[in-house]
Amino acid sequence: MSDETPKSAPAGGEVDPGLLEILVCPVTKGPLRYDRARGELVSEQARLAYPIRDGIPVMLPDEARQLEG
Amino acid sequence: MSTDPMRIFDRRLVRLRRERAAATVGRVFPVLDAAAERLLDRLDDTTHRFSRALDLGGRGVVAPRLRARGIGFVVSMDLSGSMAALSGRPAVAGDEEWLPFAPESFDLVVANLSLHWVNDLPGALVQIRRCLRPDGLFLASLPGLRTLGPLREALAAVEAELRGGVSPRVSPFPELRDMAGLLQRAGFALPVADVEDLPVAYRTPVALLQDLRDAGEANAVLARDSRVPPRALLPLALTRLAEGAGPDGIAPGLQLLTVTGWAPHESQSKPARPGSAGVRLADALGVEERSAGEKAGR
Repeated sequence: MSDETPKSAPAGGEVDPGLLEILVCPVTKGPLRYDRARGELVSEQARLAYPIRDGIPVMLPDEARQLEG
Repeated sequence: MSTDPMRIFDRRLVRLRRERAAATVGRVFPVLDAAAERLLDRLDDTTHRFSRALDLGGRGVVAPRLRARGIGFVVSMDLSGSMAALSGRPAVAGDEEWLPFAPESFDLVVANLSLHWVNDLPGALVQIRRCLRPDGLFLASLPGLRTLGPLREALAAVEAELRGGVSPRVSPFPELRDMAGLLQRAGFALPVADVEDLPVAYRTPVALLQDLRDAGEANAVLARDSRVPPRALLPLALTRLAEGAGPDGIAPGLQLLTVTGWAPHESQSKPARPGSAGVRLADALGVEERSAGEKAGR
């Protein structure tokens, strides 16, 4: 979708694939979508985007970006 | 300040303290490491082999020990991302009150001295149990009720004299009985809680306070008094603390609660249903059966 540069390092740094498999939204416990271009883990249900910093997903609701709409 | 009686700790402040302490926590590694070693020794008591572990608030001392035990997948989580990063990768910044893991993600969860700043401990325990596979183990150590008792008493006594009132300056810690009950309530099978004292002594009271700060353990109780404390409070309290020192120095009273619980699984021993016995108790004991109304020896 937004993966225009799949070869280059993702924004926010590389995240362990095994970790990505088990992460869920801490608020809804629902699934997350990995946005490599923005370096975010997106919870559509909670309308929140959790940032990834230096390869470390920041799964804190009050650090997350509110999705518009 | 929050008026919610369920919120005891200021989690934002805890996170800030841990963020800052990520740079200094190395200075207290010996104490943390001793606690971690004692805790992980419990893994030797079980024949289980673990392959997927979650390290909650391990501050860089737990994850390497788990990896050294041959556990291939170890995720470290801390309120502070920088603190989590001390454990290597994979690491997550997360809150024990809002665990970000899918059900049955791990077969071992270890929390070394990291759950005592959690407001909703029952809720956190339920979430921990859910992220464990059936027959997975939860292993945790917490500072017990008597921890920092001498410091708490010295501060309270001096503050009462100076100001005629006392504000909480040392975090409240759970009691042994509370922990076993909480584990059971959270749905853990075979919960065990025990207590031991860590033999640690400080030469000076200031060294104790410095270690607490370095570890990110300074007071984060919401009801803490935000007024500037009387200038004489700390020196007087520390003098009093030093007066009570033993020959080895000041014992801060590090009481360690260790708790274990298993995610339920059908292979675990359970009490049999009442009335399901196939053999009489009297036969097993080789004695004559008497009815309940009859007194023995008559």
